[in-house]
Amino acid sequence: MNTLYKNISLYFHYISIVLRSVMQYKTSFFLTVAGRFLVSFNGILGVYFIFARFHQVRNYGLGEVFLCYAVIQMDFALAECFAGGFLRFPGMIRRGEFDRILLRPCSAVLQILGSQFEISRIGLIIQAVLMFGYGMAVSPIAWTPGRVAAVVLMLLGGTLLFSAVFMLEAAVSFFTLEGLEAANILTYGAQEHGKYPIDIYGGRMMKICTYMIPYTLIQYYPLQYLLGRTQRWYYGLYPLGVVLFLTVCVGVWRLGMHNYQSAGS
Amino acid sequence: MITMEHVYKSYRVAKRNAGMKEACKALLRRETQTVQALSDISFAIADGEMVGYIGPNGAGKSSTIKILSGILTPDSGSCLIDGRVPWKDRREHVRQIGVVFGQRSQLWWDVPVLDSFELLKDIYSISQYDYQHNLEELTQLLHLQELLKIPVRQLSLGQRMRCELAASLLHSPRVLFLDEPTIGLDAVSKLAVREFIQRLNAAHKTTVILTTHDMQDIEALTKRIILIGKGRVLLDGTLEDMCLLAGKPQSEESRFGTKKHESMAFRQNADKTEAEDDTASENDLDRIVASLYQKLEIL
Repeated sequence: MNTLYKNISLYFHYISIVLRSVMQYKTSFFLTVAGRFLVSFNGILGVYFIFARFHQVRNYGLGEVFLCYAVIQMDFALAECFAGGFLRFPGMIRRGEFDRILLRPCSAVLQILGSQFEISRIGLIIQAVLMFGYGMAVSPIAWTPGRVAAVVLMLLGGTLLFSAVFMLEAAVSFFTLEGLEAANILTYGAQEHGKYPIDIYGGRMMKICTYMIPYTLIQYYPLQYLLGRTQRWYYGLYPLGVVLFLTVCVGVWRLGMHNYQSAGS
Repeated sequence: MITMEHVYKSYRVAKRNAGMKEACKALLRRETQTVQALSDISFAIADGEMVGYIGPNGAGKSSTIKILSGILTPDSGSCLIDGRVPWKDRREHVRQIGVVFGQRSQLWWDVPVLDSFELLKDIYSISQYDYQHNLEELTQLLHLQELLKIPVRQLSLGQRMRCELAASLLHSPRVLFLDEPTIGLDAVSKLAVREFIQRLNAAHKTTVILTTHDMQDIEALTKRIILIGKGRVLLDGTLEDMCLLAGKPQSEESRFGTKKHESMAFRQNADKTEAEDDTASENDLDRIVASLYQKLEIL
């Protein structure tokens, strides 16, 4: 318990250094916030225009899609915020900064997470909250404690899932020494597709997004429960399954660490 | 106590010719080549010793330092530092060592030096008392008083190197690895760094392992030299031993080590200033090392 407390306080110390650094470049910070906000606002407009014309996409109305979209965007923004260090990891390996991490008597993952805190994603998070509010207002959801819990789990599980994918991508660079551009399909691509409930893309996509990278666990299944389209209440607990995926990613990460220590650069 | 016995390490490196066509080919099928970085490295270093670890570029100096500091695992052989295997017991091991890379910074770029130090205090779980004590001592010895509140990116290289040294010593390590600590520094900073390392070793009995290409560093700091080339230990001895190994130029050999001061006295009579003589002998030393390295190439 003592070490856990120590690690958490160390993490916050790291983050405070990152924030102090960010404050040194104010203009850059505000431009990044504005830029990210506009880019993702563009995506929301896209969905809005589609619904202005078609009213429904496979039984889902605008409000329902907005709920789904808001949750995914929030997941992704939170993951970028907290686990963004993994996205910079390939560069750290190439520049040899990872050696310094290994020279310090604390967990490598903690140091990587602590190397970055994307506070600039705050714009996206606010946007997601507004979108969620709108979605809630226009779609008739009978809120029960179970459904509120499902939303919380979707957020937790989703953030964890995207973070795990970032970690997986980072682990790959132990072997290739550089980032894999193709891996962005799993992150940015998933965020893009995840705007809509995954079943609109058909059965094959559902399978890929369940058994390979389990996006449906944090999106499609709990959403069915949330929208009252199923009697199966346990769909709301599906986001917990992400822990399994995370375990696999941690395993790959460990393998990569081991590989690095015996090969190096 | 540091011991390395029969340590081997090889890397697989990608090999391809220059040019776009070759680069495209390499995308499909990559040819790799095994490079033997270290072969049969053995030595022992006692507590409180200062050792110069030298050799031409690519001789295996960095690989050795990385193995000793627990970053890399050797292919075979054993290595013990104070009874610990560096790569197996990494976290415990790195608490006891400090590493300064002359070419890389360990400080946080955009925040004042003191902020970095305080984070290191947390990373190494240094007690408040030890931290205060060490910080005061290091601040005094390295003249950091004015630097502590300045963001690292605004420091000159010499100033930064002094802060890097302090950063690696806050947790009172028993062993200090210095990888080219004086690279790119001006004369004043070089002297300051050397003087500091000497004092540190005298006061705390810190073991110092120094890799450098600056022979003046070696001359000023270390009695013992380990010379490596192509991954092998070629010499483990004193500066004079090294000059003997170099063989030529015979006449200049006698001017180093213990005999240096005598010869200097003679020279002063022959109306040469001391400073001129110093530069002359340093150039000679570089020449001796160069001829030694050339011999290694032929071997």
